[in-house]
Amino acid sequence: MASIKGTRSRGIALHAVLVVGLLLSAFPFYWAVIMSTHTTSEIFSYPPKLLPSSHFLQNARSLFDNIDFFGSMFNSLLVAGSVTFLVLFFDSLAAFVFAKFQFPGKNVLFALLMVIFMVPAQLSAIPQFVIMAKLGWIGSMTALIVPAAANAFGIFWMRQYMKTAIHDELLDASRIDGANFLRQYWHVALPVVRPGLAFLGIFTFMGQWNDYAWPLIALTNPDNVTLQVALSQLNGTHGTTDYGMVMTGALLALVPLLIVFAIGARQIIGDLAKGAIK
Amino acid sequence: MATALDKPPVTVETVSTTRPRTGFRKYWHLYAAISPFYLLFLCFGLIPVGFSLYVSLHRWDGLGSMEWAGLSQYQYLLGDTDFWNSVGNTIIIWALATFPMIFLAMVTAVMLNSAVRFKNVYRFAYFLPNVTSVVAIAIIFGSVFSTNFGLVNAFLQAVGLDQVAWLNTPWGIKIAIATLMTWQWTGYNAIIFLAGLQTIPSELYEAARMDGAGPVQTFFRITLPMMRPVLLFVLIISTVTGLQSFSEPQVLLQTTANDSTYAGGPGHSGQTMVLYFFQQTFDNNDFGYGAAVAWGIFLVVIIFSIVNWRLVQRRGED
Repeated sequence: MASIKGTRSRGIALHAVLVVGLLLSAFPFYWAVIMSTHTTSEIFSYPPKLLPSSHFLQNARSLFDNIDFFGSMFNSLLVAGSVTFLVLFFDSLAAFVFAKFQFPGKNVLFALLMVIFMVPAQLSAIPQFVIMAKLGWIGSMTALIVPAAANAFGIFWMRQYMKTAIHDELLDASRIDGANFLRQYWHVALPVVRPGLAFLGIFTFMGQWNDYAWPLIALTNPDNVTLQVALSQLNGTHGTTDYGMVMTGALLALVPLLIVFAIGARQIIGDLAKGAIK
Repeated sequence: MATALDKPPVTVETVSTTRPRTGFRKYWHLYAAISPFYLLFLCFGLIPVGFSLYVSLHRWDGLGSMEWAGLSQYQYLLGDTDFWNSVGNTIIIWALATFPMIFLAMVTAVMLNSAVRFKNVYRFAYFLPNVTSVVAIAIIFGSVFSTNFGLVNAFLQAVGLDQVAWLNTPWGIKIAIATLMTWQWTGYNAIIFLAGLQTIPSELYEAARMDGAGPVQTFFRITLPMMRPVLLFVLIISTVTGLQSFSEPQVLLQTTANDSTYAGGPGHSGQTMVLYFFQQTFDNNDFGYGAAVAWGIFLVVIIFSIVNWRLVQRRGED
């Protein structure tokens, strides 16, 4: 009897602590909602506001007057969408080769892939900038899309997935039926690894959407930038004056990604954890 | 990072011994299929990395002609107090963020592992900070830590303590950046730890219980040793990403210093190594020195990762 009571109260204490953690996780989002619904003078007054107010539309209007919010959101969608599509295609194709075929030089090429994994971005940043300036890509979204179109992480991850997900018997059977390499990829491999593609797709999209350092350098035309850069510009110019507006921008910039995450959460949380303990 | 994710590739099939190789023509479609990545890597990875070594041996503003400088950029780097200041800042911020983060993530994971109900709700909520953009989050944290109207100072005032000019003092800046990082990565790592905890066979715990081990003893004798590979994975990932932090201090402190948006706040107290690299390269247009700084960062990250790796490994041998 006493031990059941003890277990229950321990369970309650456990959930109490976990709920505190949950509130800490969620609080900055709530804080952004509060800030974006107040005028700047209200924000600057003491004591701090802890409940939402009614100036959200007013803040949103001055946000849209100050930066091309939807234009830069479109740029972000364009970049993240194109990169995701290209990565899914190129990475899964290469991963299929590494997972299921033998050819001379395979191990060397794969080892090279692992080394590339570890080269830090700033080592190649200067030459990349110079090369792209020569190509005339600086200032355009091409500078963001092309170098990101295939990556070592995706190939590595999809290869792990394909090794177990695609059965060799299935490939052999399709080969006997006369399917060539591309047909095998398209009709045998891809349908089986759809969940893996979903993870890689969501992961890539979120990474690209949030990317900041390289776009900050490569997008030299301040009127044609991605959402993150636009937001940073807004913070740089109005960050000390119009807080309500800047907060509204930060909040609205989070929305598309929260939607993507809400759709794919189960997949991404499960697969990321699996990848780490392999 | 690589070895934590995967064992070295094992070749099971022995094709080459039974079938004669007919060379490139037989395999061309396979090479074609993997070529996009390697071509991109050649253009935007290998050639740039080689070229950056070449640039670091020159004086160059990115536009004019290059002037041979030998190793003088590296010589200057060794005595550059601003660079070493940024190295110190980076490591302090990394430590302030990583140790609380790993501790909190472990505690959270152990609790999640024993909580049966609402596990998915918690996992979703804890993971949320990690998917949000650093730019938006840094702006929001900037207001939480604001000297005049920030929530932290309002709280300090309410409980009768002195206010702190968080984004204007050396330690305040570092604590603010570290708090942001801890907030963003604790849940992510807790979920990775949780996945690790779930692979520990329950028989081990039962055996420990039969032997009369308490929860603390069980944690240190069973959970922690079994979790070492996952812990190592998390530590190495946090080291490599944490030592290259850029967005958090850049956005948080871009308006607080008057010389550069990459300065990292007053007195460069929040200037990380990568911020310093950006300032030298893209603010001062000193491409030659910037390239040398990039190689310096690379070395610091490698050395620091190896040290961390060995520390955790050696503990395992004791």
